[in-house]
Amino acid sequence: MVVKIEVNNKVIKARRGETIMSALESVGIKIPSICAMKDFTPTGACRMCVVEIEGRQGLVPSCSQPVNEWMKIKTHSPRVIKARKTIVELLLSNHPDDCLYCERNVNCELQTLAEELNVRERRIMGKKNKYKLDHSSPSIVRDPSKCILCGRCVRVCDERLSVFAIDFVNRGNRTIIGTACNKDLNFSSCINCGQCIMVCPTGALVEKDSIAEVEDALHNKEKTVVIQYAPSVSVTLAETFGVKPGRDISGLINAALRKIGFDKIFDTSFAADLVVMEMSHELMTRKKQKGKLPLISSCCPAWVKYAEQSYPELLPALSTCKSPQQMLGAILKTWYPQVSGTDPGNIFSVAVAPCTAKKFEAQREEMTKKGLSDIDAVITTRELAKLIKLYGIDMNQIEAEEADEPYGTRSSSGKIFGSAGGMTEAVMRTLPYIAGGREPDRIKYPELRGIKGKKEASLKTGKTTYRFAVISGLENAAPLLEAIRAGNCEYDFVEIMACAGGCINGGGQPVGAEENAVRARMKALYGIDESEIIRLAHKNPVINELYRDFLGEPLGEKSISVLHTNYSERKVML
Amino acid sequence: MDKRTSAILAKYPRGHRDCLIPILQDIQEQYGFLSETSVTEVGLYLNLPSSKIYGLATFYNQFRFEARGQFHVRFCHGTSCHVSGAFDIIRELEKKLHIKPGQTTRDGMFSLELVACMGACHLAPLIQVNEVYHTKLTSNDIKEIIDSYIQGEE
Repeated sequence: MVVKIEVNNKVIKARRGETIMSALESVGIKIPSICAMKDFTPTGACRMCVVEIEGRQGLVPSCSQPVNEWMKIKTHSPRVIKARKTIVELLLSNHPDDCLYCERNVNCELQTLAEELNVRERRIMGKKNKYKLDHSSPSIVRDPSKCILCGRCVRVCDERLSVFAIDFVNRGNRTIIGTACNKDLNFSSCINCGQCIMVCPTGALVEKDSIAEVEDALHNKEKTVVIQYAPSVSVTLAETFGVKPGRDISGLINAALRKIGFDKIFDTSFAADLVVMEMSHELMTRKKQKGKLPLISSCCPAWVKYAEQSYPELLPALSTCKSPQQMLGAILKTWYPQVSGTDPGNIFSVAVAPCTAKKFEAQREEMTKKGLSDIDAVITTRELAKLIKLYGIDMNQIEAEEADEPYGTRSSSGKIFGSAGGMTEAVMRTLPYIAGGREPDRIKYPELRGIKGKKEASLKTGKTTYRFAVISGLENAAPLLEAIRAGNCEYDFVEIMACAGGCINGGGQPVGAEENAVRARMKALYGIDESEIIRLAHKNPVINELYRDFLGEPLGEKSISVLHTNYSERKVML
Repeated sequence: MDKRTSAILAKYPRGHRDCLIPILQDIQEQYGFLSETSVTEVGLYLNLPSSKIYGLATFYNQFRFEARGQFHVRFCHGTSCHVSGAFDIIRELEKKLHIKPGQTTRDGMFSLELVACMGACHLAPLIQVNEVYHTKLTSNDIKEIIDSYIQGEE
């Protein structure tokens, strides 16, 4: 049903039941807002989006008010502009004045609003917020002083992740966002996914910076600095340099990293192939020996922490495989030193991840052996962009290069790990080979692609049928997890990714990406898969060499000791 | 779980979230404050995340998160007390005890609570220490009152 409304003395058409804000958007009128989030129910809390409606005494928030036939709306009347401007002035009145030193300088919604509304003098003076910085988490730094209480982090944590780590604490002008009992983040139920950072309009939530450690290692002559980058990083990094989402620039990343001074550049997708080998074996073995099923993936460190704290009884079902990042890290500290003649103590291993939880994962006790961490530092896609800028590399001028041998060689099975469902698809391609030495009849599984919350597929190999499910976005996990807990789950393998869409939408990716961007990134990953020669993990020659020379066989003694780990229950305030 | 907590929860067999505030009130009455353990236990019982319970409880002035001191000082901040200079008195109290409303001194002797109106406006400004009222105060009286409790203990 179409209704007509009058906006700024012009008649426009709108859909019945649509909010004023969305009707205005479709005719090109931009209404500023802070608390509004796409695909969330509006709260109308921030009042930035108010408009004037004829016959209504107060200003009305356009994000939550549905349109009515012949509603007369003024979107930029002096009264409206004054109200919006005052809100920004009030927000600025207690906001710290350290934009120049702020992580989000030039990329801050509050700054943008102040600019758009032409706030250019200090009309309202207030006492500046002063709260303790929360550095406790290995992934996320929280600065409540910069928080403008829009509540977006709380909503994402509750509604998209079902983690409920944070909420509004206290009341009135003493309100802050805090965890249960105001504990530091590392003691809370936070799973470090970083989705809160993605929605934070200011610098109140940022990742823990690891650039300094990386720089120190680069300048240390004794260290061999190796770097690996995750499958999804190459299709998102370009966005930070102003390129439209969905362009793969792995060649340029290799070149840039080499120019920065990294000694070796490897691809985490190689280790994803390794994960496919190990995990397919694990799945086959459990199925054959009637072990714990479904086998639940453990590549997403945010999901692993969630399982440890909320579903400890499901931990035996979790795959013992380390994640690709950690597997490559482990190889780089065990086998690689033997091949290259380096002292493992002098290898500084860096990983570029699309994810803040990977920082947490890297410093887990389980990921350290004899005092040597598998991975020494993790930087996010955003931090990589900063590093590239810091070293003055012009991405438009450099030529694409190849990653280093041997762990720069990958199959495209490893590459699609960056998308939710990719891991499952990769396992399904290799499982027939592992189970019966046959090549797969089918390579593409469109039913596992896309950003749906739950996807499923099945595979028949020999006389055995395997059923697979993929969960992306932790909010969608509860029904399946409860079913597994109750013992009535029909799947053999379950992949769980905390972020909707998987790593391409991870908490370490460029901020401000919308759903279209996520789709474009996903398309890019599957596009790479189409054009690749090696599309199956077990066809990766370097993987086969590695098994021949070092690991022996999948799930063999050596593999178990280097590539596998176990997780245990974690007590936090839930 | 502590017997006293389970007895309180047993009074709310429905275990529905609308029982949250009455349960918290009962727990506070029993223990004098809401501990981390209580918050977690109530959360498990009502199937609510502890962050949400803490968020709600901190919204209301009535809930405390630290055990009460031996001497619980309730401090009136109603309108009459306010116009009679209650603000000076609270500042004096904070200075003397080195705590803010809602907190308890390290030795566990004093705790401070801000309350709206005690209904004794003709005696404003006033504080209540355990069951005793001290009325028509000026900021100079505070030191003496607090010291008298400290000495009484020694």
